[in-house]
Amino acid sequence: MGNKSSLMLQPEEIAEIHQETGFSPSQIERLYSRFTNLDKTDNGTLSREDFLRIPELAINPLGDRIVHAFFNEAYDDRINFRQFMRVLSRFRPVKKNKENKLNSREEKLRFAFKMYDLDDDNKISRDELLAVLHMMVGANISEEQLANIADRTILEADHDGDHMISFEEFCSTLERTDVEEKMSIRFLH
Amino acid sequence: SWWPGGFHVTPKISLICPESCLLIVVGVIIGLLLFYAGLTNVGPLTPNVFFLYMLPPIVLDAGYYMPNRPFFDNLVTILLFAVVGTVFNAMTVGMSLWAVGLTGLYGVEMPLLDTLLFSSIACAVDPIAVLAVFEEIHVNEVLYILVFGESLLNDAVTVVLYHMFEGYAEMGPKNIITVDYLAGVASFFVVALGGTIVGILWGLLAAFVSRFTHHVRVIEPLFVFVMAYLSYVSAELFHFSGILALTFCGITMKNYVEENISYKSHVTVKYAMKMLASSSETIIFLFLGVSTVNDNHEWNTWFVVMTIFFCTVYRTIGVIILTALANRFRLHRIDKVAQFILAYGGLRGAVAFALVLIVSDRIIPTKNMMVTTIIALVFFTVFIQGMTIGPLVRILNVPIKNKIKLSMNERILTRSMDHLMAAIEDIVGQTMGNYHLRDKFKYYNNKYLRPVLT
Repeated sequence: MGNKSSLMLQPEEIAEIHQETGFSPSQIERLYSRFTNLDKTDNGTLSREDFLRIPELAINPLGDRIVHAFFNEAYDDRINFRQFMRVLSRFRPVKKNKENKLNSREEKLRFAFKMYDLDDDNKISRDELLAVLHMMVGANISEEQLANIADRTILEADHDGDHMISFEEFCSTLERTDVEEKMSIRFLH
Repeated sequence: SWWPGGFHVTPKISLICPESCLLIVVGVIIGLLLFYAGLTNVGPLTPNVFFLYMLPPIVLDAGYYMPNRPFFDNLVTILLFAVVGTVFNAMTVGMSLWAVGLTGLYGVEMPLLDTLLFSSIACAVDPIAVLAVFEEIHVNEVLYILVFGESLLNDAVTVVLYHMFEGYAEMGPKNIITVDYLAGVASFFVVALGGTIVGILWGLLAAFVSRFTHHVRVIEPLFVFVMAYLSYVSAELFHFSGILALTFCGITMKNYVEENISYKSHVTVKYAMKMLASSSETIIFLFLGVSTVNDNHEWNTWFVVMTIFFCTVYRTIGVIILTALANRFRLHRIDKVAQFILAYGGLRGAVAFALVLIVSDRIIPTKNMMVTTIIALVFFTVFIQGMTIGPLVRILNVPIKNKIKLSMNERILTRSMDHLMAAIEDIVGQTMGNYHLRDKFKYYNNKYLRPVLT
């Protein structure tokens, strides 16, 4: 698998992706081989189905929401390697001395926001929040309790009184949270 | 904490001095009184009393109220310190002490195996001393869990090294063959994994039993304590690590038990556990002071000085090397200040004292000298390091633990971030990632374990 992928990925392309996303060449090659692995149809792009075929992702309660947020970058329903890398680079750890637009706090939050904002109107409505809560807690909590939680959550975050959470309100509720830490993983080389 | 209330009446003393120091001082005073009253060799801190009655409550409390998330998030680093670090310290300190001994500085003959036995006792960071000091200074969660986790998990290493070197010393260096060395390494895994597995099994059993206690709520706390204690005793029965068993028993049973028992039982468990733990912590430090006063001491200035010197130096070196290693795979680097606290927070305590008391003077002729040296080392770390670590934390601006109540939004959003990060790990195919493993555990836990146990 490693051989095949390094053959198909041109050095110039690696350099460009490295420039844009900050991933090291070995990380790019590793992720490329993962990408081709996921690409069952071998046409250089991934569809939603390709993602949902990952067994662990299928049991993730927010699985399809996360895939939805992934495709925010795409123009149609397929995502190419460049876009794939651009999305993943959001989860690179933030290094103090290296500025990178893609993995800034705001970009990380933007991704998390997209998980909730299903209709892409830049606001989280009560129904959108309730839907996510539903997925996360499963059947343990009653409908009424969930609705209560959703109301309280919106009341707490909503400053302009439209009963929705805008991206700015979303960011301000997470002011005390170390988003840079919580939304980063160490990519293997 | 609340227990030795008297010390807090004079607030200035408790600002300078951790409780553990004051308790030792009181213990020494009592010991002196007893000594001059002619009651020699009272020595209440016998190894049996310590290991069977006084240690378990503290370890259970630690395991039961373990902050699980930081513990498992940092588990690899903690294990690195607890296993590699302790072995490194024990070996280097032992070798160095032995090398210095070759010059005849101590005036007594110390074979290599004896010094190694001694150093394996001297190098183990003590959970009780660490708890006693760190509870008061409130450093941030990661730093606390690194020191404290190390002190709990190194128990297996200490136990193995201790038995191994005692065995070797008894056999004599000439009779040791390669198989014995291999057996030593293998026994580490048996002791550590054995203890952990015994603990987890008892924890699951306790959780299962607590499902059926809703008719007689009064016995619920009793089950928690008895089953936890049984995990400790049954691990010790096979010479597995009792501390590991108890820690993991507490970690395992906690979530399920809390769901099964009534609110009143929950409160009872909490207060009884805290009370037992702080009583036995108090008694340990008090007894440590009392036991110091006896006429069996063999003070060997150079040996004491060299032990303290090597323990400090090699702990620092070990921490620097191991953090350099750990920072390669950690997302959040352990910085210089944290390294200093890690090295400096390695306090020794009653575990070392009780272990050195068990050493038989038939095998190790210099036992009394070792006991004296360990006491000196314990006093040095508890008094000098314990008293200065608080001010140092303030001077060095070590991040302090901030206790804020999370808002509803923060709770929901951080939880969804966890799912998100698990998914990202799945997408890039890093199946050994923290988030991935936690998600997987949660999934199986909810699907299989929870229905059976709660």
